[in-house]
Parts: sequence; C-alpha cells; structure tokens
Amino acid sequence: MTTRRSLLKSASVAIALALAAPAMAQASDPTRVVASFSILGDMVERIGGAHVSVTTLVGPDGDTHVYQPTPAAARAASEADILVVNGLQFEGWLDRLIDASDFDGKHVVATEGIEPIAFEEEEEHHEGEGNAEHGEHADGEHEEGEHEEGEHGDEDHAEAEGHDHHHHGAFDPHAWQSLGNAVAYVDAITAALAVADPANATDFYRNRAAYVAEIEALDAEIREMVASLAADRRTIVTSHDAFQYFGRDYGLTFLAPQGLSTESEASAQDVARLIERIRDEGISAVFLENITDGRLLEQIAKETGASIGGTLYPGALSGPDGPAPSYLEMMRHNAMTLAQALSS
Amino acid sequence: MIWDALVTPFADFGFMRRALLGCIAISVGATPVGVFLMLRRMSLTGDAMAHAILPGAAVGYLVAGLSLGAMTVGGLIAGMAVALLSGFVTRVTALREDASLAAFYLISLALGVLIVSTRGSNVDLMHVLFGTVLALDDAALILLCSIASLSVLALAALFRPLVLECVDPQFLRSVSGLSAVTHFTFLALVVLNLVGGFHALGTLMAVGIMILPAAAARFWAAGTGGLVIIAVAVAVLSSLSGLLLSYHYSLPSGPAIILVAGVAYGLSLVLGRAGGLVARALPRPHFES
Repeated sequence: MTTRRSLLKSASVAIALALAAPAMAQASDPTRVVASFSILGDMVERIGGAHVSVTTLVGPDGDTHVYQPTPAAARAASEADILVVNGLQFEGWLDRLIDASDFDGKHVVATEGIEPIAFEEEEEHHEGEGNAEHGEHADGEHEEGEHEEGEHGDEDHAEAEGHDHHHHGAFDPHAWQSLGNAVAYVDAITAALAVADPANATDFYRNRAAYVAEIEALDAEIREMVASLAADRRTIVTSHDAFQYFGRDYGLTFLAPQGLSTESEASAQDVARLIERIRDEGISAVFLENITDGRLLEQIAKETGASIGGTLYPGALSGPDGPAPSYLEMMRHNAMTLAQALSS
Repeated sequence: MIWDALVTPFADFGFMRRALLGCIAISVGATPVGVFLMLRRMSLTGDAMAHAILPGAAVGYLVAGLSLGAMTVGGLIAGMAVALLSGFVTRVTALREDASLAAFYLISLALGVLIVSTRGSNVDLMHVLFGTVLALDDAALILLCSIASLSVLALAALFRPLVLECVDPQFLRSVSGLSAVTHFTFLALVVLNLVGGFHALGTLMAVGIMILPAAAARFWAAGTGGLVIIAVAVAVLSSLSGLLLSYHYSLPSGPAIILVAGVAYGLSLVLGRAGGLVARALPRPHFES
C-alpha cells in the first residue's frame, strides 16, 4: 500500500515537472501569440513588445468575413500559447480552426469586457429612419445565407455554413471601432499576457498604461474633430455596416447598402432608400472601404451627385506604407477622412 | 397605382434603368446561347465554365491588382482555353464532350484556387470580379451590350450549321467544313456571355439566366426559332419582374431574377403546350376516333 502510494506520489511529481517544464522554458522564449486579424495583432505587439512573437491570421487589407484558414494558420494556432480573437461571431471560421489544430493554450476573447450593440438596438438607434432601416437590416440578413450559396462555387459550401452563424449572431462584431472598447480589448490582452508570462508582467502593464493613454488622447482628439461638425452633417454613407460603434461614440449616423457582413448582397429597395435619403438629407459624400468592392457606392454617388469622400478602414489595417498601418493610425485616419469630407 | 408600382422605380432611379438595360442585354445575348446549349445537351456547361475562369481572373488580379479590365480579360482567356482544349479533345479523341470539359474545368479551378491562395490575399476575388446588377457602371454596360450584339450577329450567321450541329453533328461534319468553325465559335460565345453575365448577376446567377428561360421555352415551342424567341421573352420578363420584386420587397436582385425565371420554368413544366405535364395527361385529339 505504502509503496503504491509513494509510486503515485513520484509519478505525480514527474507529471508536475513535465507540465512545468514548458512553462519555465517560456519565461525566456517570447510568448507565442496568434491574433485573428491585423488590428488585434497590432494591439498585442504594442502590449507585449519584445516579449511576444505575434502571428496574425488575416493580414493587412484582408477581409476577415470571408477568410479561409490555411494549414499554416492551423499550425500557428496549434503552437500558440495565447490565441486572441475578436469574438461576437466575427471570425466564423475560428471554431473549426481551433478544433482542427489541437490548440491548448489560452483563448482570449477581446470583446468579452465590452457592451456590444445588438441588432435590435441598432434599429432603435436610427429610429428616425423607420422602415428603411428595417428593410436593410432585418430582411437583408436573412437573405444572406441563400445568396452566399449561389454566389460561391462548391469549394466553400462549408464556409457558407460558418458564415450563417456570423450573420445571425445577435451582436455587431465591429466593436474595435470604439476607442472605449479598445481599452477593454487592451485589458483583456494584457491580463492574458501577464498570466502566461508573469516574469514580464510589469513590462506588460507599463506598455498597457502608455497605450491606454494614447488611446484616450486620440479619443479626445476625435471628439474635438467631431464636435465642430454641424448637426445636419452627421450622416455618413459607407459600403458595409461596420461603423455602428464609432457612430454611437461620437453621435454620427452611418448608413450602408450592404449589411453587417461584406458577404451580403444589397436589394434594389435598400439602394433606392439609401439614394432617397442621400437626396433628402443632402448628404454630400460617401466613403469607400479598403476591403470591399466600391462599385455599388460609386454608382450611388454618381446617381445622387455626392462625392467620394475617401477610403475608410473598417476592419483591417493597411500595409506599412498605407495610411493606417496601426490601430491608432487607422482610427485617426478614419476620423480625419470623415471630418474633412463632412466639414468641407 | 400599377403605374407607380411598375414604372416609378425605373423613372426615379438611374441604377434601376441601368440594371434593366444590363439584364435585357444579357437576355438577348445569353439566352439564345442557352437554347443551343440545351439542344446540344450541354446545359451544365455554364456551371463548369463559371469555375473554369477563376485562374484567369486570379492572374489578372496578380498582374494588375483589383482592375476589372485585367480580371475580365484573364477570365476570358482562361474560359476560352478550357473551352477550346475540351472541344479539341472531343473532336480528335474518343473522350466525350462532357468528360473532357469536366477534366479541363476541374484542372482550371484547382489552378485558380492555388493561385488565389498563394497570393495570400483574403479579399474575395469572386466577389470583386462578379458584381451585382445594381452596380453596373458605364464600362460594364458597354461590355454587356457589345457581347449581346456580337453574339446575336454570330448566332444569326451560324444559325443553320448550329442547328445541324445540334441535331446531327456527324452529318454536318460529312457535308461541310464549317463544323469545326461552328463548334468553336459557339463555345467562344458561351464563354463571352458567361463572363459578361458574371459582371451583372454574379457567378451562378449568370448561368441561371442562360439556362432557365431556355428550359422553360422548351415546353412551348418545337422549332428552334420559336424556342429562341420565347426564351428571350421569358428572360426579359423575368429580369423585369425580378428587379421590381427586389425593389418592392427588399430582396437581393440576382436571386430574385433567377427565381422568377425558375417560377416561369415551373409553370411551363406544368402548363406547357409542348410536352408539359397537363398536356401529356390530357387525351390527345390526334388519337381520338
């Protein structure tokens, strides 16, 4: 009996050692973090600094809505210590990737600490629009699944199913478009890094403090920019519905012919309503996006006489030479593009 | 009231007029091609071709970025290559048309996916290349109308050999040197019309406007001329009603148009004079007495 117990004890010690060994190794190696898309990757790099090595799955100018994971992505995920995702069904393909990659590290959902905008709430948000918004959101979303099967080849039917979840998720996933939410993102990432690599926790918290200060400064800067806009010049037309959080923060109304996902297809009614609103309210500029096809908006602009106000970055950073190489640059670029076009 | 429902959308909105013009162009150009596809038992060719053009579009994207012109030309070249190669194999070897086409389109599709993936961009190329009928710009309209004119002229010139090629290709081959010319010109027309249709309706929707009206017309007419006329009429009416439904009931336009064509097919299937279900069930006057 005693021998068996001591045997058990020594076995458990051995197991404990085996488990602890990689953790010890991590202390010197950089923590391997996989971020689902470019904005999260940028945040992790800002907080982790030299103590992390970041792999971003959907790179600059990539569209996370339609991403298809590659084996390299699955391998990166399986080797990661931390996986940072946006959540709110933004990465519809992610669950399958995790299942396929035997990922066993820490799974950080960046939107966990935020107050998401529900689709219903979004409709209340634009109460003045009445039926037009109902048409755009409620109906548009139900049509998407159907449309998708038609639009794609057989090679990605499985993907279409994944996206259905995305469309029918209850909340708008584009939460990083609010700088307030960004602080929650940063906190979630910092906490995960500190747990994974306690030795460098003080560095992480120091980086976090500096980063949050920058975020708050930018928030104040944008508020100032927006405050100077006239009350009747606060409606903005973009390609797809990705700026509801930005609009909520700064008192702007965003309209889009496409629904929340870049995958949806507009109906003639949506486009007609949008054109009527642009004419009625004298909206003077529409904005393209870096990840979506601008042809529909160009047609709308032509028909209404509105000008193209510039290109916004809804959900992906630009390359290093572009106008939005980092998250803060992206938010500043978007705000400045909007403010310039709306005040001119 | 009816005026309001039917005409106001087009009177008020330029994009609706453009959409209608684009759809009429496709109906006039692609539907007759669809009739001949059906007569030659190649109705599924359109689907195969939709996949075959991917590598061309991808190469166009690699060379010129998100340029519609480059991607259209690339798609045309890839589609033509698949059509010509499969046509060639069919004519000189024992392999039948369906098998050789399937082989080449699958190779082409795989190549396309490979090219798209190695580039590593996650912008959905198919979405960029294949627009929606609501976003037809001048370039797209000119392209659509040119393709329609070209295919009407080509079909008019080749009408007789094409009909022969459909009903008795061996005979045509034995009496005329035009057989090969007819065959390859026809395949070229298929590719042209599909690429044009992709601009307006998106991938599979373009195949729908090509095949469904032809299949519906089959239940009303027996002669080739009658088939073509009825098919074009069905296609134009489906486009018009589909666009109006999309306008009034907030439905995505491409699927709305194709579903109306699908309803037309379903009605023809049941009620059609020439071999519809009802006509078949009724006793034929011919056999009375």
